[in-house]
Amino acid sequence: MEHTVRAYDAELDAITAELARMGGLAEAEVADAIRAIAKLNMTLAQAVIERDSALDALEIDIEQKAIRLIALRQPVADDLRRIVAAIKISTDLERCGDLAKNIAKRCLAIADAKPAKPLTSSIERMGELVVLRLKEVLDALASRDVERADTVWRLDHEIDEHYDAIFRELLTYMMGDPRTIASCAHLLFVAKNLERIGDHATNIAEVLHYEITGVMLTDQRPKSDALTPHEY
Amino acid sequence: MTDLAPEPRAPENAAAGPGTDIAPGTDTSIVSIDPERIKIDIQNLDFFYGKGHALKAVSMSVAHNSVTALIGPSGCGKSTLLRTLNRMYGLYPGQRATGRIMFDGEDILGPRVNLSLLRARIGMVFQKPTPFPMSIHDNVAFGVRLYESLSRADMHSRVEEALRRAALWDEVKDKLNTSGLGLSGGQQQRLCVARCIAVRPEVLLLDEPTSALDPISSARLEETITQLKSDYTIVIVTHNLGQAARLSDYTGFMYLGELVEFGETGGMFTKPVTRRASDYITGRFG
Repeated sequence: MEHTVRAYDAELDAITAELARMGGLAEAEVADAIRAIAKLNMTLAQAVIERDSALDALEIDIEQKAIRLIALRQPVADDLRRIVAAIKISTDLERCGDLAKNIAKRCLAIADAKPAKPLTSSIERMGELVVLRLKEVLDALASRDVERADTVWRLDHEIDEHYDAIFRELLTYMMGDPRTIASCAHLLFVAKNLERIGDHATNIAEVLHYEITGVMLTDQRPKSDALTPHEY
Repeated sequence: MTDLAPEPRAPENAAAGPGTDIAPGTDTSIVSIDPERIKIDIQNLDFFYGKGHALKAVSMSVAHNSVTALIGPSGCGKSTLLRTLNRMYGLYPGQRATGRIMFDGEDILGPRVNLSLLRARIGMVFQKPTPFPMSIHDNVAFGVRLYESLSRADMHSRVEEALRRAALWDEVKDKLNTSGLGLSGGQQQRLCVARCIAVRPEVLLLDEPTSALDPISSARLEETITQLKSDYTIVIVTHNLGQAARLSDYTGFMYLGELVEFGETGGMFTKPVTRRASDYITGRFG
């Protein structure tokens, strides 16, 4: 049902539309950063770095709109949850953009390193999974589908497992051929960044769950007992 | 409040759990209060203005030493419900109530109730300030004189206590013998609160007490209400939803004479259970 004050609906919808645009942009940034590192495509990496400022600007804009709406309309109940969720999700998306930008910078750093190919193929596979999760949670956001959000939240451990495997794999390369240490060190950070993008997707899923149901997800996600590389 | 039994009276109308939507189809949701904390228990209350059916089977409890807010659109019956709690309606012909309102084990609606004693125990403050045309001191002392004969000194300390509790003392202590009508609107309203609490009632009924006041006076009166909560049971009718959210521990949402949702205020304003309450507090009511 619409609000009695129509402008209130228009303001809420403007924030939701901006958040959707931000989601699309963040997803493209992460996907392009992964493609850049997989193909060592410097032009693409440069483009990812330059586009990040658009995400920063959108985050600030969403925050300003949300603050204005809270001041003017004093939202409660589902409206309040929607606004708080928009603020939190925009921060997560902005961080995803920062991490993608960092991946692109590392792409430039390892441009001349040889051999790159066997090292980056695992990163590419992990990256595809991270983009998939990000896409799923953004779809859940667009369709306000709490079950899809919960699925993303539950499956975060798959990304963590990928990260742990890459950590060990890169250590093996470094021990086998010390000339790869510099690029492997960068790739370790790339993998860590991907793992953190996965965490942001999970955060978005949690926030979305609260927005839709009014209930916080407090249960622990499935995790192994031993301290593994992704937990450092 | 931990003493609120969380289950609604109709279990099938329970709040939405994780993974479900916000239960838009839920029609009514009335939570029960721990029987030990109940000050007033309204049971199946119907009220009629002649043929007009103003309250329909309202059942809810008012917890001891807490603030209960009644919200809802104009004409929903919230002021009517408030007025039944000290039988104010009895002053008008053709108005009648059925059901039970248990107040410390006694039915307020019963035939043997001493109305003036009842109104001393359940005081009321109205929407517009109603100072009497007499001094500030006498305004406060007026009600006390009806029920108790105190010495001059005792009366003076009673007046001071009431004015302090109503957060008015500092503003009027030097002019107690001047007319109450000379005070500002906000001060007059706090004077009415002081007059009400000077009688030492157990329950305070407030019918839109800040609607005629400026923001600063409203804030002062809100502060007064918050302070009074430790000693009084307060029921407040308000159109100011923010005020209901800030002040009250429990909130009841009424619509067309029906109590639609009643529960803890925190839950009502972040996660209302019924669609009608949600639409009303978010400003969607059409």
